[in-house]
Amino acid sequence: MASDAHGDEGGLVFHPMDQFIVKPLFGGGTDVGLFTITNVTLWMALAVVAVFALLVVGTKSRAMIPSRGQSIAEMAYLFIYKMVEDVAGKDAVKFFPYIMTLFMFIVMANFLGLLPMSFTTTSHFAVTAVLALAVFLTVTITGFVLHGAKFLGLFWVSSAPLPLRPILAIIELISYFVRPVSHCIRLAGNIMAGHAVIKVFAGFAAIAAVSPLAIVAITAMYGLEVLVAFIQAYVFTILTCVYLHDALHPSH
Amino acid sequence: MATDAPKDAHGAADAAHAAESAGMPQLDFATYGNQIFWLVIALVAIFLILSRVALPRIASVLAERQGAITKDLAAAEELKQQAVEAEEAYNKALADAKAEAAKIVAETKAEIQAELDEATAKADAEIAAKAAESEKAIAVIREGAKDSIAAVAKDTAAEIVSALGQNADEAALAAAIDAQLKG
Repeated sequence: MASDAHGDEGGLVFHPMDQFIVKPLFGGGTDVGLFTITNVTLWMALAVVAVFALLVVGTKSRAMIPSRGQSIAEMAYLFIYKMVEDVAGKDAVKFFPYIMTLFMFIVMANFLGLLPMSFTTTSHFAVTAVLALAVFLTVTITGFVLHGAKFLGLFWVSSAPLPLRPILAIIELISYFVRPVSHCIRLAGNIMAGHAVIKVFAGFAAIAAVSPLAIVAITAMYGLEVLVAFIQAYVFTILTCVYLHDALHPSH
Repeated sequence: MATDAPKDAHGAADAAHAAESAGMPQLDFATYGNQIFWLVIALVAIFLILSRVALPRIASVLAERQGAITKDLAAAEELKQQAVEAEEAYNKALADAKAEAAKIVAETKAEIQAELDEATAKADAEIAAKAAESEKAIAVIREGAKDSIAAVAKDTAAEIVSALGQNADEAALAAAIDAQLKG
């Protein structure tokens, strides 16, 4: 690690962002081409494996009385299914596999990122931006396909007084296009900030006088991060459902 | 040599670090293509796993369980219905038996009453007949006694009259005694 090279003076060494560097797994170079197998590849593959282990291997027995693994898989299924049904509406159930894919990827990537020495794929804007743009495009295209020009009624607040409506339309339009940005930055920002803060406390742990305090702080932050890992996946998914609801039922 | 290689690696990492330390690795656009490429592959893989295997399987397990629960509940409902019916049948049988018993009691009571009435009537009739007979006998006896008294009185009166030294007239005596007895 780069921090080892700097750590020999024993002073304060902060490289909280080093954990986010994308680097090739093999060859030792730093050039990252399109198809280079990097730590991103590894940790995304692990997320896929984790999803497979939980939802496919865990439910292998198809037991009437579920085992622990199967219970968790069923809980995850029902959690997202109910969310789609309640928030986005009953007709949004056909989007359930897409939303479940998003949720499972984010929650697994977040939790895998909490392992020591791991790489957190969801802390990168490149990743969350693709996820957010996918949601944005899906919602917009669905809206136009289902409702045509009527989908623009989403921006025309018919319950407001007529003179206010153009102003509100501009505000609504801006907020609509800000959605993917906030959607993307919220997830990456939360995950990145938490991990960086833990790394900063870890830097303080090198000083003997404050190291007990730093370790307590790391422990507390870690507990908080476990919550954040789940809550951010939940927030991302429920916002997807909210946006989808707008696309399916555009009237205010 | 063994110590040189890590140093070189560190040197490379330092160089990389120096290059990137200006900003966040998140803003290193050179890695975007790579990340997006692997992300799309990962998402497609998860989507295929979910839509082909995991979700249908979990849905079928949940539906099966729901079906079993519904079936069991229906069976329980049916059994409960049967129990209610059995209780009703039992109550009805009990009520019938009670009514039958009450009827038998009433019939028996009526029978006994009739027998009793008959016996009472018979006894009353017998008593009445006996009483009439006795009265008749008493009347006969009383008549007899009356006649006897008259005869005794006549005889005694005749004796008393003869003792007084007179000859008694039979007819006069009889008339006098009859008059006395009637008075």
